[in-house]
Amino acid sequence: MSKSLISIQDFSKEEILHVLETAKEFEKNRTQDILAGKVIACIFFEPSTRTRLSFETAVNRLGAKVIGFSDASNTSVSKGETLKDTIKMVSNYVDLIIMRHPLEGSSRYASEVSSVPVINAGDGANQHPSQTLLDLYSIMQTQGRLDHLKINMVGDLKYGRTTHSLLQAMSHFSPEFVFTAPEELKMPVEYKDFLKKKGIRYTETTSLEDHLNDCDILYMTRVQQERFTDPMEYERVKDVYRLEASMLGNVKENMKILHPLPRVSEIDQDVDDTPYAYYFKQAENGLYVRMAIISYLMGYR
Amino acid sequence: MENINKELKVSALENGTVLDHIPAENVYKALDILGLKGISNQITIGINLNSKLFGKKGIIKIADRFFEDDELNRLALIAPHATVNIIRNFQVVEKKKLVMPERIEGLAKCMNPKCITNHQPVKTKFTVIGEGDKISLLCHYCEKISDIKSVF
Ligand SMILES: [Zn+2]
Repeated sequence: MSKSLISIQDFSKEEILHVLETAKEFEKNRTQDILAGKVIACIFFEPSTRTRLSFETAVNRLGAKVIGFSDASNTSVSKGETLKDTIKMVSNYVDLIIMRHPLEGSSRYASEVSSVPVINAGDGANQHPSQTLLDLYSIMQTQGRLDHLKINMVGDLKYGRTTHSLLQAMSHFSPEFVFTAPEELKMPVEYKDFLKKKGIRYTETTSLEDHLNDCDILYMTRVQQERFTDPMEYERVKDVYRLEASMLGNVKENMKILHPLPRVSEIDQDVDDTPYAYYFKQAENGLYVRMAIISYLMGYR
Repeated sequence: MENINKELKVSALENGTVLDHIPAENVYKALDILGLKGISNQITIGINLNSKLFGKKGIIKIADRFFEDDELNRLALIAPHATVNIIRNFQVVEKKKLVMPERIEGLAKCMNPKCITNHQPVKTKFTVIGEGDKISLLCHYCEKISDIKSVF
């Protein structure tokens, strides 16, 4: 079976570092026709314009062609075709599949029935490993290293898959964590147990002010309404944190603010003009990292 | 005389398998896990029998049926302390203890309603985690953890 990227834990520490180094090359020269003549499928069973544009740009910049759909409603899938049949058909046509699907575990299953590598571009609330790799790349590029950093994760740490995957990936690099979340949205016990087993230190707080000044990375997240089953719980916590430029007076010089975007109200516009804002550049980094993932899985880097 | 014969028929097993020390409430689940529902072999079930070790226990006797270790070990998920007696010609010829399986396939259902296995014809696969009486299952697909009590 060909190598796929479904969960961040499918990549070893060495593979992660290899992809990040490759992404650096693509950032220096972002038009490289190394995949000329290849065809890549971008099949999105639920719409996600941001992720799809980033992946499709990456494919185009590598010189390959893209086929696919951006929404399953007008396809044979809406007529009841099973995921297995769709993947069997598509994988016979193309050299790589990039897929997003609302059901959790769908990408893992697709990788088992596909004859070509699969990149998971999001399976429900489960995994979105290219996001994690671009987060790591952004951390490495802003700090000059990945080892021994203090990372403050803020917002929805209960349902937010990006923070869970980032925590797992960073565990290779002896970090220290701060978890800033309201009681309702605290980091789940299983992830804290994972850190304890690995001997990684973490602190928990409900106050955003507590650890602004001693962290290297401030990883802000949005509270996503669609993850909540209880609408009252969402109303209570949706506006719990709001970062403003005036709060950044005593932060470390190297501190950078990351956010997987889109943001709602958790980062005020006035933060954008401070030297700490990095989230727009972080989104751009997604292009280089996705170019690196695609070329690695296809055996070209 | 006829009544006595009937009684003997129920309690003694000439050839087959006796599963003992099953928690009383899990006897029906055990029949499910071993695929015994609907088979034609003679099966004797005892529930709420007194046990010095376990309080109320259950027992299942299956005539003329012998199992592979892999099949039996699945039972450890709901009856970790169960014992297995292999009977041939009215004699216990072998006693076995169950070994907790590391992975199970096509057996339990994932409790995550958004899991692909609950929407498409996909065989479930789990890694068994935890030990003792606190067993849970990690879904190979959605990566969520299901408590053993919620999946059987
Ligand atoms: Zn599942």
